[in-house]
Amino acid sequence: MTSLERVLTTLGHREPDRVPLFLLLTMHGAQELGLSIETYFSRPEYVIEGQLRLRRKYRNDCLYSFFYASVETEAWGGDVLYTDDGPPNAGQPVIRTPERIRTLEPPRVGDCACLVKVLEATRGLKAAGGDEVPIIGVVMSPFSVPIMQMGFEAYLNLMFEQPDLFEHLMRLNEAFCIEWANAQLAAGATAICYFDPVSSSTIVSPEHFRRTGLQVAMRTLAGIKGPVAMHFASGRCTPILDDLPRTGAAVIGVSMLDELAALKQRTAGKMALLGNLNGVEMRRWTPQQAETQVKAAIAAAGHGGGFILSDNHGEIPYQVSETTLLAISEAVHRWGTYPLDPSLERASAPPPKGSRS
Amino acid sequence: MAKNSPSVPSGEMVVHARRARQSLSVVLHLKVAKATMTHSDQVEIFLDALLAMDRVAAKRALGGPTPADARLDVVERLVVPSLERIGALWERGEVSLSQVYMSGRLCEELVDAILPPSDPRRVDQPPMAIAVLDDYHLLGKRMVYSVLRASGYELKDYGTLDGDALVSRVVRDGIVVLLISVLMLPSALHIKRVRESLDRAGCRPFILVGGAPFRFDTELWREVGADAMADTAAEGVAVVRKLLENLPKGHRA
Repeated sequence: MTSLERVLTTLGHREPDRVPLFLLLTMHGAQELGLSIETYFSRPEYVIEGQLRLRRKYRNDCLYSFFYASVETEAWGGDVLYTDDGPPNAGQPVIRTPERIRTLEPPRVGDCACLVKVLEATRGLKAAGGDEVPIIGVVMSPFSVPIMQMGFEAYLNLMFEQPDLFEHLMRLNEAFCIEWANAQLAAGATAICYFDPVSSSTIVSPEHFRRTGLQVAMRTLAGIKGPVAMHFASGRCTPILDDLPRTGAAVIGVSMLDELAALKQRTAGKMALLGNLNGVEMRRWTPQQAETQVKAAIAAAGHGGGFILSDNHGEIPYQVSETTLLAISEAVHRWGTYPLDPSLERASAPPPKGSRS
Repeated sequence: MAKNSPSVPSGEMVVHARRARQSLSVVLHLKVAKATMTHSDQVEIFLDALLAMDRVAAKRALGGPTPADARLDVVERLVVPSLERIGALWERGEVSLSQVYMSGRLCEELVDAILPPSDPRRVDQPPMAIAVLDDYHLLGKRMVYSVLRASGYELKDYGTLDGDALVSRVVRDGIVVLLISVLMLPSALHIKRVRESLDRAGCRPFILVGGAPFRFDTELWREVGADAMADTAAEGVAVVRKLLENLPKGHRA
């Protein structure tokens, strides 16, 4: 099977030849090319080459056209702060006062050099990958991007204290998000990953989500002309799981804080799961630990298809070593081949807990 | 801070609080039961008001005018246990971060009203400071700051700093307890350099760290040279309280 066939089969809730592997690597392409992170993201050619090398090395089942989250706030006029060892971060908020929302206008995708770069990379990946491998584009949810647009505290205050302005901001962000997602699909992205950590039950209560984030997701996904994965970027989704089919998302990116086996039981045949290896902890895994964690995830969610192995955040930290990534890849090729090894039923990962002082 | 404050209880929040705590109806009996109310009842009522983001009910639960010498007692009996419970509920996934944030803010306002920052009855303590390293995501710091202040402590708020600036401020201010909040893994790893620079400067504050990377890797705080980590703001207060209890008097302000 090609990677695309493998992924489509599992999304159809059938077992392909093996569990698909989405190593969601962004900055590691810079390491492959011997470039700084800032230089790497300065040219689409670098990202194309980086992604192709990473796919070959780790036998990955996707190409990831995602640059960094703050590319969106850059489009809205914000600064991007580069570091040597992590993803470019958003600078000072672009919305300094809630009143600014009244006069805000969404940027046009074609006018933003930072977004055009991502589209060029997407086209290049499509030209290189053809129909063999899915290309995963990324948007920040209109409900979550205000964390970068105005800061987390100011956004929570807006959400709970100024509902009219909150609603106005959602409409602006929705218009931008839909245009941005569809531009990526038109450039060759196979599917869109809709990152929405604020909708997770870690950040807002399920009741609040149903009134806000869910409505935003339903309106936005209805405008996106392609398949969408809804990803909570490490936030819990178990309490809102039954609401998620209403968004139209085909895949849910789940957290290591969620119990994968229980989620699988509830979503089997309805929505596919993507996750949920602990990317932060992955930094210090031995190859044996990597194998244990992969086996546990496959045991929990691999049966019957509907599962893609990935990290739980949607971006693997720069500090995760090649050795660990190779061990993960090796483990999914060994333990993820269907029909699954019956011994996997007994595999389980030890909970990572320790004393704090 | 926003101009408005969370005075109007949201219906959905009330429902959520009821589900999480199953005791919101107790609020309705507050006045009649006050005479015979136990301490745990009072905590429950205050807690439910916080989770419902109901400022009026929270203020009522704290009671009427308090004699000056009993104000810190109110904070310790009601505010601190309630915030600790909310932290524990968040850790178990039973309440959301937005509820933790709003309750911390509400408590900070209520405590400031009965125990102003300059009040000598606030906790006797050595110099403390809190900072966010390398990031403009300030919410975690804000929550810890609120909960510490709501628990009667005072601390300097350094805002966002890079490692070098943080070290300079800590040395200059003679900080004894330093709280560092981070969002991203690279920032967490940079704490190690902060510790090393402080060591070189002959400064050895107790460093308490918190933030997402530490929640996802519970060994990380040791690796970066911190003295402790806290999963929640309330847990941070517990660590600080325990530390100060064991601190020789000479180290206090």
